[in-house]
Amino acid sequence: METKNNLKAWFYLAPMLILMAVFTFYPLINAFIISFYKDYLPLANNGVGSITGYTLNNYAVIFKNQLFWRAILNTFVLAFVSVPVSIMVSLFISVSLKAIPKLKGFFQTVFFLPYVTNAIAVGMAFAVLFHKDYGLFNVVLRLFGITPIDWIGGTASWWAQMSALMVFTIWSSLAFKILVFTSGLENIDKQYYDAARIDSASKWTIFKRITVPLLSPLILYISITSLIGALKAYNSVIGLFGERLGGQPYRMITIVAFVYKYRADFAFQGFYSYAASAAIILFFITLIFSVLQTVVSRKRVHY
Amino acid sequence: MSDIYVKNEKSYKAKKITFNILTYLFLIAIAIAILIPFYWMLLTSMKSDELMRRIPPLLWLNPKEWQLSNYYRLFELVASGPRRGEPLFPFFTYMRNTVVISIITTTGTMITTVLAAFAFARLNFKGRDIVFAILIGTMMIPGEIFILTNFLTINRMGWYDIMDQSYMDVIFAMTLPFMTSVFYIFYLRQTFKQIPNELYYAAKVDGTTDFQYLLKIMIPIALPTIITITILNSMGAWNAYIWPAMITTKDEFRLVSNGLRGAFTDTGTGRTDYGQQMASSTLVTLPLLILFFTFRKQIMRGVSRSGIKG
Repeated sequence: METKNNLKAWFYLAPMLILMAVFTFYPLINAFIISFYKDYLPLANNGVGSITGYTLNNYAVIFKNQLFWRAILNTFVLAFVSVPVSIMVSLFISVSLKAIPKLKGFFQTVFFLPYVTNAIAVGMAFAVLFHKDYGLFNVVLRLFGITPIDWIGGTASWWAQMSALMVFTIWSSLAFKILVFTSGLENIDKQYYDAARIDSASKWTIFKRITVPLLSPLILYISITSLIGALKAYNSVIGLFGERLGGQPYRMITIVAFVYKYRADFAFQGFYSYAASAAIILFFITLIFSVLQTVVSRKRVHY
Repeated sequence: MSDIYVKNEKSYKAKKITFNILTYLFLIAIAIAILIPFYWMLLTSMKSDELMRRIPPLLWLNPKEWQLSNYYRLFELVASGPRRGEPLFPFFTYMRNTVVISIITTTGTMITTVLAAFAFARLNFKGRDIVFAILIGTMMIPGEIFILTNFLTINRMGWYDIMDQSYMDVIFAMTLPFMTSVFYIFYLRQTFKQIPNELYYAAKVDGTTDFQYLLKIMIPIALPTIITITILNSMGAWNAYIWPAMITTKDEFRLVSNGLRGAFTDTGTGRTDYGQQMASSTLVTLPLLILFFTFRKQIMRGVSRSGIKG
């Protein structure tokens, strides 16, 4: 019923589309191309770059690289533990928030604080909290008679470092989930709870049979997006461990950190292509989860 | 009979009170866990060198023992080395850069976002749904994949000049790639769509152009959303770490996050001054918290909105 505004519409979209074309679409395609370059030197010839041909070998090189598998391991352990834990904890918190008559706003504000902080600054605070000598965690452990553990220093085990990273990651990711689940809970029809009360269902039954099922589409959506977010962990690792990425260099490397490590070495032949190959692999890993999300949510998670 | 009833009522009440107490205790415990890192940051930043070295660490300082020397020392000028004559932690330089970048990026983002959201919400054109779907599709792509080429683009534009990078170069390099946001377009489009069509037709009859309609009617109505987006977007520069580190060649061009890590570790001995480190962390955290408490409602509404997409 409205007149066609073809030309005008594209005019309104132009600023956004031009920026997206230059900084999103072209880089996406170009990353694939770079990952197939042979002996790529990106800044050679005044920034034009030089290659000696095309190859599939870059992928083979990073698949043979131990550091890459370490990055995969670290990233996957972090993502697949921290996301379910933080989802469960934030669900419990949100349900508790709903149950209390007073101080809801106060708690909500406190719980949201980690969201509005700088990951590097707070990561450094966690590094001090986990410090072998100056940290609070070991003070608490000492209360239980446990000898101080080196969580993040040069003698820290992988388990200790991963636990510290896990605690920090969960701490920072709760805020967003609590907020989203709380507003999700507000949208659940009160009738369900009234009906349950008449049947004198226990709180646990209500949680299991009403809250979780009705919230399941939201829980699924948040799970997948958080998982994708966690697979891109980087700033948190820098904040906690510094640029060495661990008590021992590169011990806590993640996929993104791997990409940046090889990107920074652009002066070495082919290293930029290794970075691109790793980025492409990360792209496909996240793509799998995005597709999974669309497929599952089509099937409706309700009930 | 009535006796039993009263008894039940009583036990029900008792149960409810116990449950409430437990719930509060649980929430208080979580709140403490959330606040501890902030507390430890502040506490450590106010310890003198002597108190800092105590093992086990002090959990509490008397107000008499509070001292700000760690903060003062951040602004002392470096005596030697490549950064001679600059403050140890050039907080105000980093702050200025962060604010400048934040304002320019946000202004640019707002312009592209409002125009695009208007087109998607209000105008009818061929390919609208396809273009929109493609844009939404890009939201899931990890940004790391773009950075590799964007760095090369910036270099080709002459903005990554190792020999002589100017402040303008840095501004272009730091802002242009982030001057649009699919999520904000999506968010604003939803708000625009709620504005009744009748307003549009009435304005059309009065001879108002589309652009006037956008400026005079749609933007004022959608102002709460636009303010929320503005605040959320301007916080982005505070967390930017890798991109500014990548494309700046001089220390004086960096943003707050970049200066933090590594600045207080002696490269020779590998020892870190935790007091100063936490003082700088506190300084960086503070502006964000002030912003948050000023615009708490807008920020929380905007963020909760991003969880309920689709």
